[in-house]
Amino acid sequence: MKKVENFRTIKDLSAHITALMKERKENWRPTVTISAGTCGRARGSLKVVEAFKRAVREAGLEDKVIVRVTGCHGFCQTEPNMLIEPKGFFYQKVEPRHAKAIVERTIIGGKPIPELLYKDPVTGVKATTERAMRFYRKQKRLISGDNRLVDPASIDDYFSIGGYRSLLKVLRAKSPGKVIEDIKRSGLRGRGGAGFPTGRKWEATRSSRGTVKYIICNADEGDPGAYMDRSLLEGNPHRIIEGMMIGAYAMGAADGYIYVRDEYPLAVRNVTAAIDDLYKAGLLGKDILGTGFNFDLHVAKGAGAFVCGEETALIASVEGRVGEPRQRPPFPSQKGLWGKPTCINNVETWATVPVVIRLGADRFGAIGTKGSKGTKIFSLVGKIMNTGLVEVPMGITLREIIYDIGGGIPGGKEFKAVQTGGPSGGCLPKKQLDLPVDYEGLAAAGSIMGSGGMIVMDERTCMVDVAKYFLNFLRDESCGKCVSCREGTQRMYEIMERISEGKGKESDLALLEELAMACKDSSLCALGQTAANPVLSTLKYFRHEYEAHILDKRCPAGVCKGLIRYVVVAEKCVGCLSCKNACPSGAIKGTLHDIHLIDQEKCLKCGSCLEACRFEAIEARRDEAILII
Amino acid sequence: MITFRMNGLEVMAEEGSTVLETARFYGLAIPTLCHHEGLTPWGGCRLCLVEIGEGPRARLVSSCTYPVEEGLVVRTDTRRVIAARRMMIELMLSVAPGSKVLQDLASKFGVTQMRFVPRNDECVLCGLCVRMCAEQMAANAIGFQHRGRKRKISTPFDARSEVCRQCGACIYICPACQLRCQGPNAETALCNGCLTMEPTCLEQYDDLQCWMYDAGRCGTCVREKTK
Repeated sequence: MKKVENFRTIKDLSAHITALMKERKENWRPTVTISAGTCGRARGSLKVVEAFKRAVREAGLEDKVIVRVTGCHGFCQTEPNMLIEPKGFFYQKVEPRHAKAIVERTIIGGKPIPELLYKDPVTGVKATTERAMRFYRKQKRLISGDNRLVDPASIDDYFSIGGYRSLLKVLRAKSPGKVIEDIKRSGLRGRGGAGFPTGRKWEATRSSRGTVKYIICNADEGDPGAYMDRSLLEGNPHRIIEGMMIGAYAMGAADGYIYVRDEYPLAVRNVTAAIDDLYKAGLLGKDILGTGFNFDLHVAKGAGAFVCGEETALIASVEGRVGEPRQRPPFPSQKGLWGKPTCINNVETWATVPVVIRLGADRFGAIGTKGSKGTKIFSLVGKIMNTGLVEVPMGITLREIIYDIGGGIPGGKEFKAVQTGGPSGGCLPKKQLDLPVDYEGLAAAGSIMGSGGMIVMDERTCMVDVAKYFLNFLRDESCGKCVSCREGTQRMYEIMERISEGKGKESDLALLEELAMACKDSSLCALGQTAANPVLSTLKYFRHEYEAHILDKRCPAGVCKGLIRYVVVAEKCVGCLSCKNACPSGAIKGTLHDIHLIDQEKCLKCGSCLEACRFEAIEARRDEAILII
Repeated sequence: MITFRMNGLEVMAEEGSTVLETARFYGLAIPTLCHHEGLTPWGGCRLCLVEIGEGPRARLVSSCTYPVEEGLVVRTDTRRVIAARRMMIELMLSVAPGSKVLQDLASKFGVTQMRFVPRNDECVLCGLCVRMCAEQMAANAIGFQHRGRKRKISTPFDARSEVCRQCGACIYICPACQLRCQGPNAETALCNGCLTMEPTCLEQYDDLQCWMYDAGRCGTCVREKTK
């Protein structure tokens, strides 16, 4: 571990940063960047790192090549990814066995290895560099782009890309009021979901009475299928801390907390290490860089309750109480942590702050739409060709994200809906594909920006099942304090379950709507107020599917287990045994080249055979048995 | 003193008091279940909902926890409020159909059907017992466990409590477990035995003119009008 220098004045640090930036630019060596965020590690990137370091050592290039282990580069689908400078070759799905060839052919030979390059699923063309890839072309990676440039464990790496210069700029020349003015003018809005103007929040905290103030970074990301905060915390913790320090300076806070869930061990580790380094460097603690600015930063670990992402529940959790929301007002900016004025911002918001300061309010404000400025990271997941984190300017259309960046739906399937904003968001249908993605646009369409989850669904997705899935999540994650949310989500789930089993009544739809509206109207916090969104938006756009379940006892997508049975279409079956091998319960009979048969008694209706069949010879049919009952 | 508007009236309240306290001071009835004067406000039962703000920004908040503010606009008996309250009663009743307190509330608000499968848990998790035990008896013997649908009230680790003095205050204050409804066993239907009075304000609903103060805000006429 490299020793961290201690800085006593702004000048010291400024000189150090300039020196490191110069060194990075001039003393340039071939660099191999291997992504090792949680997604990369899950696919064995640490083994690749090990094998690669060995290969470099064996080739005697230890001093000539920099091997940098970074956080996630965004393209999670093809992990482990490798980026080789100077030519910027992008290798995907690298395995330890490739290490030697990469050293010999690419680093020494300077040629790309064709089989490791990314092949565009639409055009079939192989892309050598990131810029040539469909996935990266339309992105604007202001915040997440630095992930591939820095080793999260090294503070010097962050210095060498100009890190902490925004902080220096603020400490050197800007009064706290001026910083808030800049943030307000930039039009930055909270990235956690509600989109509250950040500058106004800061101003309210600053102008609240009291000398003790706190700031909190909300890293309690818990939406199914969303992980942008994790990626930032793991990949570039200093960027977030720099934002927090600027915020603390502007609001006059001397203490900060990063509330991160314990399910993100790598994020906790990287953030903790970054804070340790900053104390050693003299950038945290008393009288930072001789400016008289005091700031202490702590990590508070959460136990993984979804509701603790709500700010009043988060405060309760940091204080050591049960994570339950309370009525606002008083707002945290008036009475927050331990009764003191507190400003809570999302990870992404804090990470955007240094960018706003660096670019200036006007240049930042030029990105995006009228009401929503800057870029937003979405986690594009589900039935999509290119899964990963995408950072796009506000105002881009859903179609551009899904088709241009995401590469469309795999398997030639039809697009059906996209769910934005996590479990409290809504499902938007095909006709909304040209909707500009910003706070206002999504809200008008009946969904929310949320923290940035984006789940794409194809024609084989049943919308009743999707709404049921999210309700199941919410009925577990509701804190249970107020009746409307606790009982409301539970009862809505029961109705949905009934509908998906083919036992729904015609009156259920009206009841569902009434209950959803009551839940939305009556609940205490945002969790309950938005818990009805999956139901309301699917009812709005996919009512015919509900009706098919209730009136015809039929699941149009062939998903709801109570309404279907899987059968082999004799004309299409070639007897390849794929479905038989995939079946976990041994329900499929047949030998090679014979038409297979599904034993309905044994069938678990898991759908593995449907996925496995390449000849579309398995069909989900309406279960006749339902009619008899 | 803070001045604000409630149901069109200009009202005054001391700083730090809640909307519910002010409404009660002025004689406006707002139903409550989890509220008790001797305990800290909780805001869990959502019966004391009132509508604040105007136009598209109007929203429902629980009046027992909402502090009065200068210039606040409050309406205690709008159609939206009544509809939400009725749904809350229906939801709570489906959990504890045996509670007389809840059955009476249902009758007062004209909730005559229960469209959910009754669970007979006999606890609506209003938290009165928990607060009573902690705040008035200073025992802290019981508390909430789990969250969401698994939430329940019990002693730590469900073990026999060493700090419980068996004073019975929790049972005394419980709206669900002590007073049992004497009506027919509410398996699928409501008792509604108390729904004997017919509303008279069928022409025009006017909360200040309504003579049914004793029976509470029934909202029946509002319901009639929505049909």
